[in-house]
Amino acid sequence: MTTVTLTVNGQSVTQAIDPRTLLVQLLRENLRLTGTHVGCDTSQCGACVVHVNGVSVKSCTMLAAQCEGASVTTIEGIAQGGQLHPMQEAFREHHGLQCGYCTPGMIMSAIDIVNRKGTALDEETVRHELEGNICRCTGYHNIVKAVIAGAEAMAGGMRQAAE
Amino acid sequence: MAVTSIGARVVRKEDHRFITGKGQYTDDINRPGQAHAVFVRSPHAAATIRRIDTSAARSMPGVVAILTGEDLAADKIGGLICGWMIHSKDGSPMKAGAHPALAHGKVRYVGDHVAVVIAETVLQAKDAAEAVVVDYAVEKPVVDVASALAKGAPAVHAEAPDNRVFSWHLGDKAATDAAFAKARHVTALDIVNNRLIPNAMEPRAAVGDYDSGNDAFTLYTTSQNPHVARLVLSAFIGVAPEHKLRVIAPDVGGGFGSKIFIYAEETVCVWAAKKVGRPVKWTSDRTEAFLSDAHGRDHVTRAEMALDENGRILALRVNTKANLGAYLSTFASSVPTYLYAPLLSGQYDIPAIYAEVDGVYTHTAPVDAYRGAGRPEATFVVERLVEVAAREIGMDPARFRARNYIRKFPHQTPVIMAYDAGDYDASLKKALELADYKGFGRRKREAARRGKLRGIGFSSYIEACGIAPSAAVGSLGAGVGLWESAEVRVNPIGTVEVLTGSHSHGQGHETTFAQLVSDRLGIPIENVSIVHGDTDKVQMGMGTYGSRSGAVGMSAIAKALDKVIAKGKKVAAHVLEAAEGDIEFKDGKFSVAGTDRSAGFGDIALQAYIAHKFNGQELEPGLKEGAFYDPTNFTFPAGVHICELEVDPQTGDVTIEKWTAVDDFGVIINPLIVEGQVHGGIAQGVGQALHEGAVYDPATGQLVTASYMDYRMPRAEDLPSFVVDTTVTPCPSNPLGIKGCGEAGAIAAPAAVVNALTNAVGHEDVPMPATPQAMWRACRKAAQPLAAE
Repeated sequence: MTTVTLTVNGQSVTQAIDPRTLLVQLLRENLRLTGTHVGCDTSQCGACVVHVNGVSVKSCTMLAAQCEGASVTTIEGIAQGGQLHPMQEAFREHHGLQCGYCTPGMIMSAIDIVNRKGTALDEETVRHELEGNICRCTGYHNIVKAVIAGAEAMAGGMRQAAE
Repeated sequence: MAVTSIGARVVRKEDHRFITGKGQYTDDINRPGQAHAVFVRSPHAAATIRRIDTSAARSMPGVVAILTGEDLAADKIGGLICGWMIHSKDGSPMKAGAHPALAHGKVRYVGDHVAVVIAETVLQAKDAAEAVVVDYAVEKPVVDVASALAKGAPAVHAEAPDNRVFSWHLGDKAATDAAFAKARHVTALDIVNNRLIPNAMEPRAAVGDYDSGNDAFTLYTTSQNPHVARLVLSAFIGVAPEHKLRVIAPDVGGGFGSKIFIYAEETVCVWAAKKVGRPVKWTSDRTEAFLSDAHGRDHVTRAEMALDENGRILALRVNTKANLGAYLSTFASSVPTYLYAPLLSGQYDIPAIYAEVDGVYTHTAPVDAYRGAGRPEATFVVERLVEVAAREIGMDPARFRARNYIRKFPHQTPVIMAYDAGDYDASLKKALELADYKGFGRRKREAARRGKLRGIGFSSYIEACGIAPSAAVGSLGAGVGLWESAEVRVNPIGTVEVLTGSHSHGQGHETTFAQLVSDRLGIPIENVSIVHGDTDKVQMGMGTYGSRSGAVGMSAIAKALDKVIAKGKKVAAHVLEAAEGDIEFKDGKFSVAGTDRSAGFGDIALQAYIAHKFNGQELEPGLKEGAFYDPTNFTFPAGVHICELEVDPQTGDVTIEKWTAVDDFGVIINPLIVEGQVHGGIAQGVGQALHEGAVYDPATGQLVTASYMDYRMPRAEDLPSFVVDTTVTPCPSNPLGIKGCGEAGAIAAPAAVVNALTNAVGHEDVPMPATPQAMWRACRKAAQPLAAE
């Protein structure tokens, strides 16, 4: 066993773990943050995407032990004070989910796309950037709409914050 | 809080929990003291098990138990079943081998279940599973229908020595042969409908729990139909009687058919929970899902269409070999038979049809229903034949289709189905306009100037949904009835819970079903909860598949709502001191006809429960009604999809430039959700046509496409935004006029893509999946239209 200390959704946590433990296992099994999902075993599907130090990471591909001292944000941590994140709102508004299983990873990836590519996204960019997230239900049509709308809403939020 | 009507684009009620990470899927459930199961699976496609040595594994850290097929048999746990009896042409019943949940002496596909290791943690169970030594005598496998049917091929099961499970037929052979004899033109095609792996994003999972104090079991499982699971586990497999077995299917992350079936893993988990005295949890990893989820499609077909001198279809003759895999899964036998051949008439008036289907055992994973289940295979046969026939006789494919459309309803086809309503011309007309079919020639020439081959393809599909009238399916061999149940519980303050036997695994029932209730009772949608997926809450149900939850599940709710309103009128008559016959119910109010006296729905609900205003001996207190609804017919959604694409002859890469879908789903409850269903279905159909294909190595029987690195799932960049529209002919066969929409895209899309690809390259030799490599070859084979222009 080894010990890891990290911050998850703003809370400091210390856990004794089997050194083989993946970040996603730490989140789901030790911390019971079951919003982060596992959809494959080859880092292809993106259902497990979280942010580590502000950057999107497939949590099935990172050892928990690698997260010593890191700050991890999961789908449970993006709403602020009962207010949904604009990207969460956009997915609901545009019917960007059906079974909901890929959704946490999609939303976390979408926020990361906005962080990297800015808030004015076109369809081609979004489709290309979603390469690492697989959805079997929606045919991506409404996910793409949701990401573009969510990015615009985030721009609004950033403008408000700046004013 | 407004009343939310049928037809409104209501944003989904269930989404909040999914977008905040609060959904509860089976793997999110943990029971106190649970142990973890990992299956030892066969690495061989065909082998005899000489010995299973668990001694080293048993002493590994954390191991609780290792169980094998012998333990199952000792506890008299029966095998998995196939619930649909098919009789061969000669009248003999299908030849099915046993399907034990853990192998007895033989393994028959890579991934077959040999033993289960139960340990304190998943990692410990995996370590111990590696240490189980199985001594196999490896045998030669057969993985495709041609080799399985070859003379001298090894028999997968002794019960079917030539690997034919059934040799079935439908239709009038003599009439069909006679029509072919007088045909002016015959179009013939050899068609392979590629094998697919469903790949719901949530892998299957199960948690078995046993309460020794009450001798009762609970199974949490990723099921599309928890009541059917309970019925099969109880009545056939014999885990526990139904009143001692609770099956809960919580949030389920997609199904597409693959979660209809009752599999070995949930059987073992629920049985083992009692055996080891602890809850037992299993979660599939993706590789296991590829290996052991039931696969779909996998047909090899010779199809012929006979035409007269005017381009009218005279007859259709089809011979299909369907790969059923190594064991018969729950509904495997129905898919290539009664869900397939009865759809071979398509949207066309075809006087004679004859279909022969052989169901074939192979050393591969079981094959069963996958989105569309038989209907995509039928549509692909019909729509490829129609397209090629039109090309061969030099007629525009749209015109050829219209020439042969059925226009009078009801229409009895020669293959069982009686189509009740449709307007195929309306869908075609709208689709041609939306796709700008007239402008295609210009776009093709423009593409050629850029060195691209542009193609357009149609799919004028039909499906049979709203599955299905119980007596009808019973006469065709089904072991169950396919009605649906509903219970409407009105609370004393007028809020409502609806208990439904349908199950939602992405379809949005919590919203659409609530819309129906809101519409009918005139109460805000926020005041309605939909309860499903728990056999202790919902008495009985048949679950969700075959686009049945709207047409059948909601019809049951509508029937129960009618009873609630009728009872409410009785209560209102007492409250408003009027004759029952004078009470009207409209917009959430009971009123006395011709007066201004009225009472709201909530007031009457309260009066029903406090029972002060009527004699409880004459009128029962309370407001709760149930209904079972058995449909009178299948429903027949139909439409036209048009795919326009470009092929790069240098690389074989295909880009879908435009997708137009015009579907007739009858009455639509929530267009937002229906469009989403169409989008997802098209993506799966495009996946079949361009990307996806399960490949077994013919020499070893290894599944070489067992990960997302090898099995190509459609991704966002592979697809365009879709142009989706509808026409409406209400379905006359259910009270809501609904036809169903869940499978349409997957049924329509493959033929549209291949018709477009073959149009682009100028010949018919394009396989599915039409990967860049396949298309590069197809382009090499083509007479180069670019050079000619």
